[in-house]
Amino acid sequence: MEQMAHAWGYLAAGFGAGLVILGASYGIGKLAAAAMEASGRQPEVAGQVRTSMLIAAALIEGVTFFALAICIILATK
Amino acid sequence: MIFEETIGTDTLKNAVQAVQALSDTAQSAAEHSEGFNFAHLLDHIKDGREVDFPGGHFELPHFEPVHIGSLVIDLSPTKHVFFLLLIAVLLLWVAVSAARKHRKSLIPTGFTNLMELMVLFVRDEIAIPNMGQAGLKYVPYLLTTFFFILLMNLAGLVPFGATATGNIAVTAGLAIVAFVMIQVAAIRAHGVGQYLKHLTGGVHWALWPIMIPIEILSLFTKPFALCIRLFANMTGGHTVILSLIGLIFLFKSIYVAPVSVVFALGIDLLEILVAFIQAYVFTILTTLFMGLGMQSEEHGQTNTEHH
Repeated sequence: MEQMAHAWGYLAAGFGAGLVILGASYGIGKLAAAAMEASGRQPEVAGQVRTSMLIAAALIEGVTFFALAICIILATK
Repeated sequence: MIFEETIGTDTLKNAVQAVQALSDTAQSAAEHSEGFNFAHLLDHIKDGREVDFPGGHFELPHFEPVHIGSLVIDLSPTKHVFFLLLIAVLLLWVAVSAARKHRKSLIPTGFTNLMELMVLFVRDEIAIPNMGQAGLKYVPYLLTTFFFILLMNLAGLVPFGATATGNIAVTAGLAIVAFVMIQVAAIRAHGVGQYLKHLTGGVHWALWPIMIPIEILSLFTKPFALCIRLFANMTGGHTVILSLIGLIFLFKSIYVAPVSVVFALGIDLLEILVAFIQAYVFTILTTLFMGLGMQSEEHGQTNTEHH
């Protein structure tokens, strides 16, 4: 029955990766939209806005990679 | 439930055996055939015992495993260890030569100019806004972190290079050093008593049994997140590039090659950007955590400068 467990593992890893990408890209998309709007309203602070945006995006991606690492463990074990 | 030996269970057992035999033959065929074995594709980002250079490779020496009690430690250098040492020597040479030229004349030219640009960036944009003037004594550590991670990330993008930060042991080591530095910064700023008081979070003493485990847990999750973020970013990028190139071998057709190479080129350029961003994010998050520990009592005193 090892193959069945492996098959479910692959399926779960695939679905998991898809869900992770959904959540992460939605979050970062909202973040980028807010940053663009702020830069448009006040172009002088565009540099600081860009810095904060990068930091927040990296934090969100960090959480994404936690989940992706779990998916990879599922797919390879 | 009475389970009699029907034809159903027999065929199920036979089916499982047949699938197992099929997978075994498929695996051995993949290893012995003249086709492409995709398991070797990931060897490019995994650790190994050989270091490739144009024209061949050389084997790294094997040392005897060291026995300490019941623990067996294998101290032989691997490819990532070799690249760690190589990048460390390169960084030492670059930084010391830039510092020496800076001593001769305060006006930088050429490469010293570039180094001064990045050093001032780390000091003025990362260290001082988050840690105040007291942060100046930690700037050497932050500079080391930034340049070391940056050079290791970029080393994986040159031909015949390997990304040492794509190894979770390396990023775990960097995160452990960051953890130690965060505690050191907090303790040096206000003493051990204040540091322990920060762990309680300033709530009523009845809530301490809830607050203290959460705070201690958050002490450990922050460097752990740093470690996983750097490792996964580096490994993920290289895996995507390898998968795109591997598509050529999967389809066994040359017409996939232009598309594949163009996409891989795009991802390669993105990887350069990601190398810079990840080094920057590691450094600035370490600085933020250090600055949080160095803040005085929360009565409106922060370390941020107002431009």
